Amino acid sequence: MGMTITEKILAAHAGVESVRPGDLINCRVDIALANDITAPIAIRNFRKINAKKVFDRDKVVLVMDHFAPAKDIASANQIKFVAEFAEEQEITHFYDGAEMGVEHTILPEKGIVGPGDLVIGADSHTCTYGALGAFAAGVGSTDLAAAMVTGEAWYKVPETILFELKGKPAKWICGKDIILYIIGMIGVDGALYKSMEYSGDMISHLSIDDRFTISNMAVEAGAKNGIFHADDITKEYVEGRFQREPVYYESDADAEYFQRIVINGDELEPQVAFPHLPSNTRGISEVGEVRVNQVVVGSCTNARYSDIELVANLIKGKKVAKKVRMIVIPSSPAIYSRAMKNGLLEILIDAGAIISPPTCGPCLGGHMGILADGEKALTTTNRNFVGRMGSTKSEIYLAGPAVAAATAVTGKISSPEEIV
Amino acid sequence: MMKGKAHIFGDDIDTDAIIPARYLITSDPDELAKHVMEDADPDFPSKMQRGDLIVAQKNFGCGSSREHAPIAIKGAGISCVIARSFARIFYRNAFNMGLPIFESDEAADKVSAGDEIEVDMDSGVIKNLTKNEEYRAAPIPPFMQELIRSGGLMESVRKKIGS
Repeated sequence: MGMTITEKILAAHAGVESVRPGDLINCRVDIALANDITAPIAIRNFRKINAKKVFDRDKVVLVMDHFAPAKDIASANQIKFVAEFAEEQEITHFYDGAEMGVEHTILPEKGIVGPGDLVIGADSHTCTYGALGAFAAGVGSTDLAAAMVTGEAWYKVPETILFELKGKPAKWICGKDIILYIIGMIGVDGALYKSMEYSGDMISHLSIDDRFTISNMAVEAGAKNGIFHADDITKEYVEGRFQREPVYYESDADAEYFQRIVINGDELEPQVAFPHLPSNTRGISEVGEVRVNQVVVGSCTNARYSDIELVANLIKGKKVAKKVRMIVIPSSPAIYSRAMKNGLLEILIDAGAIISPPTCGPCLGGHMGILADGEKALTTTNRNFVGRMGSTKSEIYLAGPAVAAATAVTGKISSPEEIV
Repeated sequence: MMKGKAHIFGDDIDTDAIIPARYLITSDPDELAKHVMEDADPDFPSKMQRGDLIVAQKNFGCGSSREHAPIAIKGAGISCVIARSFARIFYRNAFNMGLPIFESDEAADKVSAGDEIEVDMDSGVIKNLTKNEEYRAAPIPPFMQELIRSGGLMESVRKKIGS
């Protein structure tokens, strides 16, 4: 019987011929990741058992991005604590200050993760790297601590739901619309404990950035991972970038799936997730009149170069609506720099947007755009839970970059059609 | 044996509701405990008693991977969480850091706020002393039981590296 791509990567990293859903296996990890919020607990666990050295100083990655640049004294102390550990352990990939970007943007960008990898990360959006054909899943700090010491992690092999993405995506449709549509369809626990795998001819129309967005939000459907097969687009992205040798795994034709779901590209319209769950989605034509106080283009979900470029192109020569704060947060220094050199930041600033340094910032209610009581925000981030971006009396609407640009200009949640 | 009053929560209680990100500037259990479940029920930290239980519906602990969520619950003295289902990262975290959790449709259906509940950790039998009912929890997978017996994930790693 055949195996899925997820089963093959897990089997290879467990050193066994084959695995089936439900098997409990111990896997070698290629990369173990933590951030300024999750690393401190992992480091304390590391100390508690008197561990002396991380399993491989090149494979433990520490990114200071959530409350960085430090938002207050306590978060500065957390960052300092992790920095001291990184120095003691001579961690190769420690990122802070000018090198700092949102973790799930910079790991692929720097070629630290790539096809065929098994990545464990103390951050729920670690699943982002599935876009490259890697198995990547979020865990908590204790699991991460164990992996930092042993280079291993235990997994229960998940069942897989196969999403067949068919046809060409309709106009304005980007990765965010596809994943919001899927989460709206199956619910926030629709893929609980399961793997989400993508196939179909639509994928050749999806940029690598679109795929990052789709894999990124697998956790919003409760999934363990969200994975694509590598194709020419993946290979072009990875070549000359990935620091190790990629391994390209493919699902067998007779692999077994828990469920198959077909998504037709021409049926899609831009999606908006209403408060307070990512599954509470509506097509843009059904949104009605929702005025907003803030628009955020940021986070590990939607703040890569193509996202910033799309927003800048749509907003060029227009103005952000009065009383709307538009905050754009390029998710890595490289993206920031490229957007600056190519004039995108100037377009955005001229339109009345605020440009923030790379950080997770307001996505999790950290800093750089916290909402007041009663305020509403349209954001390209990943969660619209109560209080996620600030006040528990605020409201968060999730959408892709095109809707974000249109909303910033009109001041109410809008289709990009309204501003072109 | 765990015994306490039940506090009832609904579907999809996310980790931002369990411990809002604004408090993630520390991982101290006592500090986090002061704000446990605050964004789901602002009165919860003041009205709960040590030993009380949380009984919730599906997908408890969805959202971020923050281990601060089970740390806050345990730090506040909540003896265990019973839910219809748990989000996967929360499920792993709870076992890894020693917060007892149980999956039970029956308890999720039948327990009311304030019911006196007694849970037998080993057998997974949940007794509702107020309503004089008994519910069963899904058995804890043997692998997880082994993990608990060895004192949690870090203790099993300690044995492995012989430190």
